[in-house]
Amino acid sequence: MSTFLGLYNYWIVVLLMMIGFYIVIGHDNLMKKLIGLNLFQTSVFIMYISAGAIDGATAPILGNVDAPYAHPLPHVLILTAIVVGVATTALGLALVVRIHEAYDSLDESEIIAACDTGDEPAAEHRDKA
Amino acid sequence: MTEHTILRVVAKLTIPFILLFALYVQFHGEYGPGGGFQAGVIFAAGIILYTLIFGLDEARRVIPPWAVRALISGGVLIYAGTGVACMLLGGDFLDYNVLAHKPAHGQHLGIILVELGVGVTVTGGMIGIFFVFAGRGRRREGTVE
Amino acid sequence: MDNLMIEALTLVLLTLLAVTGLAIARLRNLFAAAMLTGLFSLLSASVFMALDAVDVAFTEASVGAGITTVLMLGALALTRGREKTVTKMRTAQALLVTGVTGAALVYATLDMPHFGQPDTPVQQHPLRAHYLEASEKEIHIPNAVTSVLASYRGYDTLGEVTVIFTAGIGVFVLLGTARRRRR
Repeated sequence: MSTFLGLYNYWIVVLLMMIGFYIVIGHDNLMKKLIGLNLFQTSVFIMYISAGAIDGATAPILGNVDAPYAHPLPHVLILTAIVVGVATTALGLALVVRIHEAYDSLDESEIIAACDTGDEPAAEHRDKA
Repeated sequence: MTEHTILRVVAKLTIPFILLFALYVQFHGEYGPGGGFQAGVIFAAGIILYTLIFGLDEARRVIPPWAVRALISGGVLIYAGTGVACMLLGGDFLDYNVLAHKPAHGQHLGIILVELGVGVTVTGGMIGIFFVFAGRGRRREGTVE
Repeated sequence: MDNLMIEALTLVLLTLLAVTGLAIARLRNLFAAAMLTGLFSLLSASVFMALDAVDVAFTEASVGAGITTVLMLGALALTRGREKTVTKMRTAQALLVTGVTGAALVYATLDMPHFGQPDTPVQQHPLRAHYLEASEKEIHIPNAVTSVLASYRGYDTLGEVTVIFTAGIGVFVLLGTARRRRR
């Protein structure tokens, strides 16, 4: 029981990680893969913050409290990671939109098949930029 | 969505408070939760709400594309510029102790400047990315919404 | 007693997170999946609050539940909104790989120290006491996270700002300068 109480955070993190991982490798739709990647990222954040938390602690904002403070370093690392994650997601979404415009499909197998046969249905839409 | 009166009135009431709250979070990041990232995102959320209600053209008049580009680049320049200023004043890169006559004041000044740079870039980045996504669809339709 | 309530709250929130994740995996309507991702971000922001990470909760709620949902909906408006079904063989293969990896990870967590204890190696490292004290003595600002982010780990934050800058430019190049013609 004490093992369960002490470790369930990490087990749920592993479950969420595996759900995200499954979405990335088990689905063909590019948007779904991006969503799965987001799930994976968020579960890693929860793991880091769980490692830095203490029972009965308070937020690391110094004041006149007699409770211990949570560890500030994981908070800093995850703050950076969240913002970098949104930047990556935005770029990924832009790429998905461009791929959809070029191949008129979001399905990975259809796009690979179109690449293999050398047939791009929207080749005249490519930018000469 | 301008013809929806309730949305328009509520947006006009809340958007100033959203932007004000973003400024509050930016400058009180040292005394409570907050800082540059959160403030930039909240400011961008206020502008996104304005765009949703009043249209992309109106929003582009409020924040023209050159302003978005200036915001994105300006923040990085402020941050790196603070570091270079520290070097010019005799310390290491991003060593805020040399920025003022007392090291603690120098740290305060450095942190304020750096968080300002972060907030400015995050604002510009989020607003710019949203404008690009919103503007792409309009091109496809060929009509102005 | 307080501790028990917070632990129970964390457990309930984490279970809700797992249920939302499973629902996202099963949905084929991408609009619904995007909205559930926003809900997922909001729930994880609540988990961060329960674990005393207030700055992180603030950022996750605004960035994850706000900006990411808006961008996903914008991208969905430019593409199509339903997903095709996947073959059963593919699902079985993915579940097998996922199951094996998950089992290995759970086996690894059995070695980890229980979370919340003050005597784990993470909490005992001298850096924690150093940051908390130095934030009081050298920098005189109460928010230790801001002092570490902006002063002690200032290089990382400079890199992060550059990442946002690069992402903005990348999206401009990809989507901002198109000359689209009608088919």
